[in-house]
Amino acid sequence: MDDQNKLLLSGDEAIALAAWHAGVALGTGYPGTPSTEILEDFSKLGGRAQWSPNEKVALEVAIGAAFAGARAIVTMKHVGLNVASDPLFTVAYTGVKGALIIISADDPGMHSSQNEQDNRRYAVAAGVPMLEPSDSQEAYDFFRAAIEISERWKTPVLFRATTRVCHSCTLVRPQAERETVKAVHFDRDLKSRVMIPAHARPAHKRLRQKLAEMQEWNESCPLNKIVPGSKPLGIITSGISFMHAREAAPEASVLKLGFTHPLPVRKIAAFAKSVEKCLVIEEGDPYLVESIRAAGIPVTGKHEMYRFGELDVRRVRRILNADSSPETAPPPGRPPQLCEGCSYRIVFDSLHRNNCIVAGDIGCYTLGSLHPFEAMDSCVCMGASLGIGLGLRHVLPPDQASRVVSVIGDSTFIHSGISGLVEMAYNPPPNGHVVVILDNSTTAMTGHQENPSTGRRLNHEPTGKVVLEDMARSCGIRRVQVIEPRVGSDAFDHALTEALKSRELAVIIARRPCLLVAREIKEYEQRCKCQEEGESCAAAV
Amino acid sequence: MPPPCNIVVAGIGGQGVLTAAAIIAEVARRAGLDVKKSEIKGMSQRGGSVTCDIRFGSEIFSPMVPVGEADYLLVLEPTQLAPNRHLLRAAGATIEPSAVDAEKLPQKKMLNVALLGALSAHLSMPEQTWLDSISSAFAPKFFQGNKAAFLLGRASQDKSVHASAVS
Repeated sequence: MDDQNKLLLSGDEAIALAAWHAGVALGTGYPGTPSTEILEDFSKLGGRAQWSPNEKVALEVAIGAAFAGARAIVTMKHVGLNVASDPLFTVAYTGVKGALIIISADDPGMHSSQNEQDNRRYAVAAGVPMLEPSDSQEAYDFFRAAIEISERWKTPVLFRATTRVCHSCTLVRPQAERETVKAVHFDRDLKSRVMIPAHARPAHKRLRQKLAEMQEWNESCPLNKIVPGSKPLGIITSGISFMHAREAAPEASVLKLGFTHPLPVRKIAAFAKSVEKCLVIEEGDPYLVESIRAAGIPVTGKHEMYRFGELDVRRVRRILNADSSPETAPPPGRPPQLCEGCSYRIVFDSLHRNNCIVAGDIGCYTLGSLHPFEAMDSCVCMGASLGIGLGLRHVLPPDQASRVVSVIGDSTFIHSGISGLVEMAYNPPPNGHVVVILDNSTTAMTGHQENPSTGRRLNHEPTGKVVLEDMARSCGIRRVQVIEPRVGSDAFDHALTEALKSRELAVIIARRPCLLVAREIKEYEQRCKCQEEGESCAAAV
Repeated sequence: MPPPCNIVVAGIGGQGVLTAAAIIAEVARRAGLDVKKSEIKGMSQRGGSVTCDIRFGSEIFSPMVPVGEADYLLVLEPTQLAPNRHLLRAAGATIEPSAVDAEKLPQKKMLNVALLGALSAHLSMPEQTWLDSISSAFAPKFFQGNKAAFLLGRASQDKSVHASAVS
């Protein structure tokens, strides 16, 4: 393959291609920027990929596949790993029979997220090995290495990428051969997989033993490389920071870490000793610098101001110069807004006019917090609108409590709003509560993915459909209404004011397909209908 | 090692910023250069600002164009010039919608390809490489229109004006 035939792939596309080439049997996940494209691309290549209701379920399904001996991947954005952290910490104990690669796409700088948590901490906390690619070639190569590590040590691997790795396109030379998906069968191993205390105690010791072995292997692991350079300055770095550092200090010696937990301490110590000044350049938390110092190796870190936001070449130059003077803010661009004609505009307009206290949630509709609506008072994490709205209702004085409304999107409701609805039925506030489910028949924010309430799978093929109003009624909510918000109609406004007045538990589903994909949704529906009826139709072509 | 060529494409979600950037990167790939492209597209469909960085040359490290180092700033909407001008180096060139006569575009939405034509006049890659990359970016039925848009933009540039910015 000559240079002209290299592929120009995003990090996400490279991971998907590597998973396809590695014979991954199943990919699961929940959409979240910047991870979403991995499963979509894996599916397009021919891989078996499916969206789960949330990241916890996605990881559990992938664990099952890996228990059976298959190679499995699970994809999510950084905050998704919080949801999946419960199984994460214990699958580290059980280990796996096949391969399990957990892809965490972090978002330093919060381009499209509610926080900029650094998920490298999870590798340490859960006790799992971690790989960090710095471009698409490494995303491809490291994924193949992650499979080998996972199978060799029978451990889940945390594969940590960031926005600028996931969403940057760089040239990739893939390995030519595709491995076939291997046949698997179940082997009973209850001492490894049934985590009652009697089994978990030795499992924890096995985990620490594995980590010690991996650490030793990492000392000579080819995933870490040294770029020889001058003696006065040495840089220890990982991920995308490596690229910025190479550009900002082309003369420096660099130790670029690819396998970043457990760290190759002797290799780091030898490198630090080989240079006069050793600087750690990393985005986000001071994970590397703290770990390296804790091992007794003298290194310098960045100023605290560079913990915030992304790094880039200019900021790395400042770190190199120990410059902590204030940075100039870039001129503001145009902020995003609810689309012209979006049916949610009608909902937020009504919430605004009714002076509601709105516990909001995560999705396009979080834009309802901005001008001109300013009709959202909280947004914490996926599904939080229900619990937070209920908590407000429980303790606020009646004149305020009676104006509290929880607003949540269809996919977010499926993700983690359902348990909030159960809470509402179980612990109803004295003056009731109103939940508005914004149902645009797609997971719009992340690029229009399907979800269990659309009745279509990741590849838009028909499947079982969770009917939101049926689910609400089955929880014992008697006041359940489905409204189509339309310009010129006061149906939503009327339903909202009546529900607020009723002092009952109420669920209002504002249902209208997202305008951006209304045509596609119609085609998918037509295709589903044709398939059910066993007919061929134009939409199916 | 010669410095990389740095290009920033800016516009509003839905204008074809990402497609334009993908075509530039594809042209560089076909020319046998190292190339990187970085984009932020999280909420771009919601009418917000979208920018995309493309860098190509013999060896590229960071995928992001450092502030003040863009050789070309291509804006698909006049309002996006001000928020992005700081990215341009002192001798850098801007390519704006006014570079082409909108009346002559086969379709209004082909502005992005017309501005690629204007950009192409400043770069050394052959016209055919551009046309091949454009051809691979759209359905065949749009090629003739896009080709006309591209050539309209390419003819609009007086090469001598921006010669200092060409590397």
